[in-house]
Amino acid sequence: MAFVCKWCTYSGADLAGTSRMDYSPNVRMVRLPCSGRIDHQFMIKAFEQGADGVIISGCHPGDCHYNEGNYYARRRNTAFRELVGFNGIDIKRLEFSWISAAEAIKWTEIIDKFTEQVRELGPHNPYAELVDPYAEYLAIGQESA
Amino acid sequence: MPRIGVFVCQCGNNIARTVDTADVADNASEQSGVVHVEDYKFMCSAPGQELFKKAIKEHNLDGAIVSACSPKMHEATFRNAAEAAGLNPYKVEIANIREQCSWVHDDKEIGTAKSKDLTKMMVERVKHNRPMERYRMSMNKTALVLGGGIAGIQAALDLANAGTPVHLVEREPSLGGNMARLSETFPTLDCSQCIMTPKMVEVLNHPLITIHAYAEMEKLEGYIGNFRATVRQKAKFVIDDLCTGCGECWEKCPFTQESEFEMGLAKRSVIYIPFPQAVPTVPVIDKTECPKILKDKCGLCADVCGPDCIDFTQQDQLFELEIGAIIVATGFELMPNVYREYGGWRPPHMTPKKLTAKQRKLLPRSGAGRLVDVINGLEFERLASASGPTGGQIKRPSDGKIPETVVFIACVGSRDCNKGVEYCSKICCMYTAKHTMLYQHAVHHGKAYVFYMDIRAGGKGYEEFINRAQGEGAEYIRGRVSRLNKKGDKILVKGADTLTGQAVEVEADMVVLATAMVPQADAEDTAQMLGIGYDKHGFYTEQHPKLMPVESSTGGIYLAGACQGVKDIPETVSQASACASKVLGLFSKEEMLREPEVAIVDQEHCMNCWDCVTVCPYKAISPTELKDRNGNFRKMAAEVNPGLCQGCGLCNTVCRSKSIELQGYTDQQVYAQITSFDGAFV
Repeated sequence: MAFVCKWCTYSGADLAGTSRMDYSPNVRMVRLPCSGRIDHQFMIKAFEQGADGVIISGCHPGDCHYNEGNYYARRRNTAFRELVGFNGIDIKRLEFSWISAAEAIKWTEIIDKFTEQVRELGPHNPYAELVDPYAEYLAIGQESA
Repeated sequence: MPRIGVFVCQCGNNIARTVDTADVADNASEQSGVVHVEDYKFMCSAPGQELFKKAIKEHNLDGAIVSACSPKMHEATFRNAAEAAGLNPYKVEIANIREQCSWVHDDKEIGTAKSKDLTKMMVERVKHNRPMERYRMSMNKTALVLGGGIAGIQAALDLANAGTPVHLVEREPSLGGNMARLSETFPTLDCSQCIMTPKMVEVLNHPLITIHAYAEMEKLEGYIGNFRATVRQKAKFVIDDLCTGCGECWEKCPFTQESEFEMGLAKRSVIYIPFPQAVPTVPVIDKTECPKILKDKCGLCADVCGPDCIDFTQQDQLFELEIGAIIVATGFELMPNVYREYGGWRPPHMTPKKLTAKQRKLLPRSGAGRLVDVINGLEFERLASASGPTGGQIKRPSDGKIPETVVFIACVGSRDCNKGVEYCSKICCMYTAKHTMLYQHAVHHGKAYVFYMDIRAGGKGYEEFINRAQGEGAEYIRGRVSRLNKKGDKILVKGADTLTGQAVEVEADMVVLATAMVPQADAEDTAQMLGIGYDKHGFYTEQHPKLMPVESSTGGIYLAGACQGVKDIPETVSQASACASKVLGLFSKEEMLREPEVAIVDQEHCMNCWDCVTVCPYKAISPTELKDRNGNFRKMAAEVNPGLCQGCGLCNTVCRSKSIELQGYTDQQVYAQITSFDGAFV
């Protein structure tokens, strides 16, 4: 799952398309106005849904369309990386990069490299095996009702 | 239950080659809420759009997905089509299955699977899209032009002739800028003042243009269509309305100082107009030099003034202007430090005592200020100008002798990362050629040498002009100059001719440097005041280098002339006219429409942490008081000014109570996209 800003990275990915580059098909992109719009919870939600890796990408520092949005993204990412491990998610499943609208090649390289990196880690499905601790009580409730 | 239509485009063979569009459509039709699917060859074509509109009406759709190319291409197309069919345009979303699927993946199976996912994500998203209306905003149809050089004058005249009121703010006492200093202009050798001064007078007499000379803009608030500028009118000590411009005062003033306009080559009185054709013809008193103001002695000007318009008690005044658009035309200056590096004579108004510590560091180690006869291009213009300090006779500054040999050095500071700037100043090749001609027309037996790196003469009639200069006897030497040394009353120019590989020495009477063009020294401060972007040299950046060359990064602020990058006069004038047409285009509508993708606040849930106020890069959010029906204070809450909001969504992310959200990119929409896929990657 990739969360990208619409000015730089999304355009960069479009450029990869118009240049007919080939890259790993394993990415699903969510288009947001700015990398500063990316909430931690989006990433956690993506992992919860079984995404094997999450990419965050926006304009290079200083190039933000909104002047400073990507600085917030960077700071937020620094804080979030600390918490990823705490949540039991391998840090290697999180990729943070700056990709400008002209860097189609960088985009394809990052996707390919990251896909490979995640593939080595194997599927991420800790939640699939989780049993809802309340399921038992719910079942009892239903029976008694 | 939502009623969503999915329209899959084959894009000829562009998508259909690697994506089974029928399969994508089938797959989408199984999704909950999807009531209609379509698979068509060219959705964006006229029949395709008709199909789209018909389906919306027939199936009474309340949301539509077009799985096609990038939203950058056709989002607007389909949103407009939806609007025509009676569906709110913001209920239409594009799934990008061309640029991000069919064009980048060769395997049809993979492509189809990814397209299905992308379409599914957008279907889930569109269920949470809210119908939105574009904001209508009123605007103030007055323009402000910052800078009264040729760019500012042209823009102001174009705007005013089209019926728009213009405020023209210029910090010098007169309009004119650098162009007024030029003697003649390339490639036609017509006199600069002859073409410039009529325009200046036209500005003065235009009923729709208000000139604020000797004034500087200090603050800018607001947004496109509704700016509020604070301007400081510096004290002239002369009452504008009473002054007739008779000239009694500046003729009688007994004190003199080096003239900035004449680049320090001549003196001016302390109460002065910069040059005889100045517009407006109202003199100002230089308060740093006037003995009446400093020591309360003299006051002769007030005695001789007929209309009694001299007021020594005047103070700077601040006033506000309500405007809708701004054209920035602050122009350029010549690089001062490299000029001194070559030993150039230091004009007194740039003497070290007036320099900051940082600037003083840039001063050269030796030779500085000793070679009086090393001048820069603008100073040569003044020497050659018929209205200049020498009355058009080319005399060297040290002893007034007519120079027999003049060396012109091109690319001084330009294309040189070590001493100057890495860019090419573009106009120097041309004006150096012009200078050699002007010199040889004035001094028939004189010899002109030009040291150059390359000749760059791209432009209408430019190459011919260079050939003409060479034909008239200027000797072009390809190579750099290493040293300028004093030898008697001459200057020994040591350089190299790289075509013959020989060292060259020329004994020159005068040396003219084609110094690099740089932005105004305070260009960056101005940019920060206006909130526009600038590059590492201090030139203002346009929104797109090719397709939006006059728009700045901030809506409603446009860039004209050399403040945006090095330019000659024709380019400056065209850019100024382009700015004027942009402003007129903006003002041609009754009211502005803007995209509704801005933040909105749920004020009841706002808990006053003001994080949003802190992060907002546009100062669009402010605390406001909520009142009950009796008008009593109830609670504080954040409020978004939709005119200022640019829709970045920073506030949405930082909001702790999630009571502020960016319309079009709400949390629900993003979560819907994330949760729509089941994690089964291809």
